[in-house]
Amino acid sequence: MSVSELFEEAYTGLKSLFVGLGITGKAFCQPQVTVIYPKQEVDNLSTFRGHVELVGKEDDPSVPRCVACGACVKACPSDCLSILCPVPVKEGQEDAPVAMGPAPQKGSKTPGAVFVDFALCSLCGQCAKTCPVDSLRFSDNPYMVALDRKEFRIDLMARLKRQAEEA
Amino acid sequence: MSPDLLSFDHPLTRLVVGLLCVFAFVGLNGLVLVWVERKVAGHVQLRPGPLHVGPYGLLQPIVDAVKLVGKQLAMPAGADKYLYWAAPLLAFAPVTVCFLPLPFDPNLAPMRLNIGLVLILAFSGLGVLSLILAGWGSNNKWGLLGAARAVAQSVAYEVPLLLAVMSVAITAGSLDLYEITSQQGGWPWQWYGVQNPLAFFIFLVCAVAETNRAPFDLPEAESELTAGFHTEYSGMGFGLFFLAEYANMIVVSGVAAALFLGGWQGPFLSGILWFLVKVYAILLLMIWMRWTYPRVRFDQLLNLSWKWLTPLAIIDLALVVIIKGIGG
Ligand code: SF4
Ligand code: SF4
Repeated sequence: MSVSELFEEAYTGLKSLFVGLGITGKAFCQPQVTVIYPKQEVDNLSTFRGHVELVGKEDDPSVPRCVACGACVKACPSDCLSILCPVPVKEGQEDAPVAMGPAPQKGSKTPGAVFVDFALCSLCGQCAKTCPVDSLRFSDNPYMVALDRKEFRIDLMARLKRQAEEA
Repeated sequence: MSPDLLSFDHPLTRLVVGLLCVFAFVGLNGLVLVWVERKVAGHVQLRPGPLHVGPYGLLQPIVDAVKLVGKQLAMPAGADKYLYWAAPLLAFAPVTVCFLPLPFDPNLAPMRLNIGLVLILAFSGLGVLSLILAGWGSNNKWGLLGAARAVAQSVAYEVPLLLAVMSVAITAGSLDLYEITSQQGGWPWQWYGVQNPLAFFIFLVCAVAETNRAPFDLPEAESELTAGFHTEYSGMGFGLFFLAEYANMIVVSGVAAALFLGGWQGPFLSGILWFLVKVYAILLLMIWMRWTYPRVRFDQLLNLSWKWLTPLAIIDLALVVIIKGIGG
């Protein structure tokens, strides 16, 4: 390395030191981006991936578009979805109580109950991608707090009904 | 008691009172600096920094200190009991002595010594010994590596530091910080830092290296050595190292202010206010640098010292001697 190169390197190095100080100095004067939670809340939730939720029908938002095919349950790698439908009644047992079984069940075109266990979910999106009628999507609910992991087993049908009432 | 010691009585009282004041000063400024450091770090990263304990998080350092005091003091198995506990004390004690010759104000210097500069340099040299003892005594590989780095670093950086200080001492013709300060005037162009910017620059770089702060914090490099020499220290063992680091920062800033920025002298109102303003300006610069630069590699650290700073400091010293010789 020649002497001139050495000094050139020293010069660019020194210059970059001041450029660096300039960058952090500017950042120091900029407004902060932290949202101090209980006092403020975030408002840009459109890109947020919360737990999955059901999408309602256009004409009746309290009823899910789901056709109880069970594809999402099979697609989920973490086994956190359960879609339950009434099991068809066998001949000769007409008065026995109706049992619920995993979808698909013969004769059921709507789910009886839909649960997602958010404690297991990895938010991979496979269920929403698989659903043939686009009945699943990510919610924008960032406020999930519970004392018991059982509370993360969310009843999606009830949630949809609540949302329809609120809307 | 011999009469000699009795006549020594007066400086001894001064020493005790001075040390007590220094302890209070160091403790208070340590708390302030911890807060400033965290606030600056936060704002540089677009965060607010400490916020919830007291107004603007001002009480956060106190809570931290209480937490540190309350923690158990643990010692790893196989550690050298005496060296291990001597190290944090040795880190903190010499720094307090370094405050004694600092002239805060024309009338306020804990102790006026005609070799004050030598005293500060000698005692700050002791600080590195504590890092070595801590690293060696804790029976921990990270600690040992940190200690080894501390040795190489301090050997490398004390040379240009001494040369830079010497050039100022030769210009002023004194080793007394009070004397050096009074030779400069109130206005910036009368300061040695402006008349001899190269020495000031070298001193600043070496000062950061001496205090083991980023970008020269190799002895404690978190990402490589967990915490280097103080890996094993908990509670106030760590607390003393921490306090010593901040005390060291204040000392080097104080020395820099006295040597290069005219100390207590300033336009319009001279006095302790100017001194503190200058000290805090340098401290802020050091904190700002810490949150700007990435840590240097070990070979870069040594190259910088031996290939650049030391030759430059020698050239600077030679120029100062020649100018002084010509000027009479
Ligand atoms: S997002 Fe992935 S893990 Fe979560 S329910 Fe859907 S398929 Fe299962
Ligand atoms: S894939 Fe869609 S339609 Fe099929 S069960 Fe799941 S949510 Fe319902």
